[in-house]
Amino acid sequence: MIPGQFSYHRPASLAEAVNLLATLEDARPLAGGHSLIPMMKLRLATPENLIDLHGIDALKGVRRDGGNIIIGAMTTQHELLASDIIATALPVLQETSLVIADPQVRYMGTVGGNVANGDPGNDMPALMMTLGAIYNVEGKGGARSIAATDFYQGAYFTALEPGEILTSISIAAPPAGHGYAYEKLKRKIGDYATAAAAVVLTMSGGKVATCRIGLTNLSETALLAVAAAQAVIGTSLDDAALKAAAAAAEAIMSPAGDGRGPPEYRRYVGGVMVTRALQRAAQRAK
Amino acid sequence: MAKTHVTMKVNGAEVEGLVEPRTLLVHFIRENLQMTGTHIGCDTTHCGACTVDLNGMSVKSCTMFAVQAAGADITTIEGMANPDGTLSALQEGFRMMHGLQCGFCTPGMILRAHRLLKENANPTEEEIRFGIAGNLCRCTGYQNIVKAIQYAAAKINGVEFQEAAE
Ligand SMILES: Cc1cc2nc3c(=O)[nH]c(=O)nc-3n(C[C@H](O)[C@H](O)[C@H](O)COP(=O)(O)OP(=O)(O)OC[C@H]3O[C@@H](n4cnc5c(N)ncnc54)[C@H](O)[C@@H]3O)c2cc1C
Ligand code: FES
Ligand code: FES
Repeated sequence: MIPGQFSYHRPASLAEAVNLLATLEDARPLAGGHSLIPMMKLRLATPENLIDLHGIDALKGVRRDGGNIIIGAMTTQHELLASDIIATALPVLQETSLVIADPQVRYMGTVGGNVANGDPGNDMPALMMTLGAIYNVEGKGGARSIAATDFYQGAYFTALEPGEILTSISIAAPPAGHGYAYEKLKRKIGDYATAAAAVVLTMSGGKVATCRIGLTNLSETALLAVAAAQAVIGTSLDDAALKAAAAAAEAIMSPAGDGRGPPEYRRYVGGVMVTRALQRAAQRAK
Repeated sequence: MAKTHVTMKVNGAEVEGLVEPRTLLVHFIRENLQMTGTHIGCDTTHCGACTVDLNGMSVKSCTMFAVQAAGADITTIEGMANPDGTLSALQEGFRMMHGLQCGFCTPGMILRAHRLLKENANPTEEEIRFGIAGNLCRCTGYQNIVKAIQYAAAKINGVEFQEAAE
């Protein structure tokens, strides 16, 4: 399968990339290319101009900025897995990276591409909503920040304006001793989720003190399950609390029926993923 | 569409060519360079038959444009033998352990295993299976591929290969 024709550009600076995106017809950023190139090969995407972001050093790497972790958009899943900062401050990002695709895809696929793509099957968006991440973007009109929870508007529709580049993601490091889990049901390695749930919580005196829950591939976009999280706060995660959380999460799911199963099944296992993620996160919390 | 001149290093030699931006790296390698050891299995980023080593990463060359690889340092199966022409540890392992049947997946498997052993010289069986999860084999059932990689790891580490009891 051969993609349609396009012109290739490899700017060396962010300013140059923003300018190319603003001035060229039908221009699109190219990050790891592991969602975009398959779409181009199927001719589901036919951009006239590709702006390869690999030449821009400012978009790479992971650093600490006070209590925040800043992840450059072009940081690959493989680099996340190798980062000491991520291992210490945000281990849930590594747990999630490890269930994304396969080793080859993780060498190329970037965090920025994963969250900007807008595919409900991508695993990072629900996690970013759970972590309260902020996306920093830049376009011809300047720089702005968008909360991950405000970013996703529909399948492949995001708050990104045409020509805007996601430059980095800021995440306030969760407190030491927090519990976390990303539970993903998939048919095989390299498959998108049948259902997946992200949990980040803190425990105090045997009770859940704070909790956020995110859901992957159970609706047109990733979801933040606010009522489900509310249902466990203040409880010791007893059976009744777990059941209430699963039910509240299932109530906001509207999965499509596809090769991964009919909607009823996916909603049911979505509840199971929430339950397992809560239990595993609580076990890890100190 | 205007063609672009690209140069890169493939198996230690500088190569060049004229490509359209949409030319996939695997097509550049197979058609321009006439190195047909790198295979196209699925053409949809799933099977790993097209895996090459690129700047220290295992990359599915059906999912990268040749223009993106300008300036890169690439190894393909044609560059995997020892400099004196004898089989490298991985190639010997696949031969000795019957790590292939039809052989279609083998170039990709060997290139992926090459990077896996560079990053983890002594992987467990589980680490090998997770590490080659992006490569599909329709013949062997993977058992002998795992053994082939264990054989190569032992040889590279200078220890005797012991097959695990079944
Ligand atoms: C076999 C296979 C299995 C996979 N399995 C999974 C999986 O289980 N879970 C999962 O989450 N993903 C999976 N993926 C997708 C993979 O993680 C992609 O790498 C990811 O979705 C996109 O990241 P990328 O860097 O490759 O982006 P690209 O493909 O380059 O870009 C994707 C889209 O985002 C836009 N974009 C990219 N970067 C930016 C930026 N900085 N600013 C603005 N727009 C940008 C592009 O223009 C494009 O529209 C799989 C892919 C394959 C091939
Ligand atoms: S041909 Fe590239 S992954 Fe199958
Ligand atoms: S040996 Fe035939 S596909 Fe692997």
